[in-house]
Amino acid sequence: MNSIWTIARKELSDSLRNRWLIAIALVFATLAVGIAWFGAAASGQVGYASTPATIASLASLGIFLIPLIALLLAYDAIVGEEEGGTLLLLMTYPLSRGQLLFGKFLGHGLTLALATLIGFGVAGVAIALLVEDVAVGALTVAMLRFIISTTLLGWSFIALAYVVSVRVSEKPIAAGLALAIWFFFVLVFDLLLLGTLVASQGEFNPELLPWLLLLNPTDIYRLLNIVTFSDSTQLSGVLSLGSDLPIGPSGLWLALILWFVIPLAGAWALFRGRRI
Amino acid sequence: MSCFRLENVSYRYDRALVLNGVDLRLEPGEILGLFGHNGAGKTTSIKLILGLMTPSQGKVSVLGGEAGDPKISQYIGYLPENVMFYPQLTGREILAHFARLKGASLRQVPELLGQVGLDDAMDARVKTYSKGMRQRLGLAQALLGKPRLLMLDEPTVGLDPIATADLYRLLRTLRDDGTGVVLCSHVLPGVEPYIDRAAILTDGSLKAAGDLASLRRQANMPTTLSIEPENTVAALEAVVNNAPASAGLMMHQANGRLRVDVRPAEKMELVKALVASGEVRDLGIYEPTLEDVYVHFIGSGGLAHRGGAQ
Repeated sequence: MNSIWTIARKELSDSLRNRWLIAIALVFATLAVGIAWFGAAASGQVGYASTPATIASLASLGIFLIPLIALLLAYDAIVGEEEGGTLLLLMTYPLSRGQLLFGKFLGHGLTLALATLIGFGVAGVAIALLVEDVAVGALTVAMLRFIISTTLLGWSFIALAYVVSVRVSEKPIAAGLALAIWFFFVLVFDLLLLGTLVASQGEFNPELLPWLLLLNPTDIYRLLNIVTFSDSTQLSGVLSLGSDLPIGPSGLWLALILWFVIPLAGAWALFRGRRI
Repeated sequence: MSCFRLENVSYRYDRALVLNGVDLRLEPGEILGLFGHNGAGKTTSIKLILGLMTPSQGKVSVLGGEAGDPKISQYIGYLPENVMFYPQLTGREILAHFARLKGASLRQVPELLGQVGLDDAMDARVKTYSKGMRQRLGLAQALLGKPRLLMLDEPTVGLDPIATADLYRLLRTLRDDGTGVVLCSHVLPGVEPYIDRAAILTDGSLKAAGDLASLRRQANMPTTLSIEPENTVAALEAVVNNAPASAGLMMHQANGRLRVDVRPAEKMELVKALVASGEVRDLGIYEPTLEDVYVHFIGSGGLAHRGGAQ
């Protein structure tokens, strides 16, 4: 455990040193405050609309931003150590490959969790203090749910980045593959699903289709943050399938947790087989 | 308990046999020089001892246990060739990071940095370090936690002669405290006085191992006598030709001196005859150096191999 924490603490202090943590937190806070006050500007209204609307807007933005930030934070975790010449040395220390990987995950995961908590937390506090007659209780619950699910979404993409990082031998390749992962889950996956839906004209097993949403962590995240707050009649695109899912929020939470546990375990297995 | 023991160890990578039936051991309180050209199997041997790879055949035991066991790696210090560190951290931060990983006391950090001469630079970022400074930081890293087995891959690269002499002195102190030291190198001049034994690897096989005297005997290489004549070189040549074992001796003149290559067994006899003749004003005796022995053992392909050895 000590070795894991030693690795994690270095990652954390690295993100403080290079100001990643503070920069991400700042971006989150700015976006959250901006969306809270100006999110409804399109409908000709400036000012706080409602908590569900704010969270839904934040989540829509989050699915683009969070995976990208997580992938950028983590793609060079192992391949960067190898290219920097430190992996070999680390592996001669009383440190297993699993401890190195989990230490990295703890460090990167905490960085992202802290940035999310600080960034969106500050925004939440600002809303609670500045908006008149906002229901603080409901806002707190909604914000906490949003912060936790955002963190979990980030963790799943950190773990996915590790799968790439333990597999390739050059940083630019890792960066390219990380971008491909982002592209696939954030942009392509839903289009594919939508395409399947349209092309099959209802022929496709209607009971199976909603489950396919669970194959994409960003869809789970949107279901958690949008479906639970909004009237499901407002849902558009593939998310409307979510209302047919026979699992409740706890199932979605579990799915999101599995989305970082399984890739992390996979990265570990791949890392154990890697030649150093 | 040996520091390490390789028993009939082979290592195969894809189809190539990188290491072929190597037997080698290191005892506590001993400095072993592991020599060979690039690709001879030095780094592979070290990686096997560190437990980074497992042998295709044979047995590797380290400090009485299995290579790669975390309980044992705690007692191993390793300086890789071309050691690299996190450029954005300071020397002190890096050493503290590695000390934590090794479970060594953080009090050792400034001590070791002082010992390798980085007192003034310990709070500077490593990206500002010269190659020699990085090497010294690498050495401090290898010394964390009082290792019982210390393995240094090309430790003198980037060090000036004074720092090199300091390093060798330090290694002697460690050896006297019972640490087993492996010096892995293809740069030989200067290392000779500091090692107890040498092992010469070529193309994955151990060509020779032992102390320098026994390597010289195995190589049966001639000793060179450089003689300044009292009278004339011709008179000296006559003395050498009349000596009992003169057959096959190589002689040549240079700078008014006569140089004679003599086999080790016949050296003293010839020296006695020369001194008795009264024709010698001055005499120098040059034993084959470690470098000569090395070239002898790596064979005629040596020059080609040694191309990458500078």
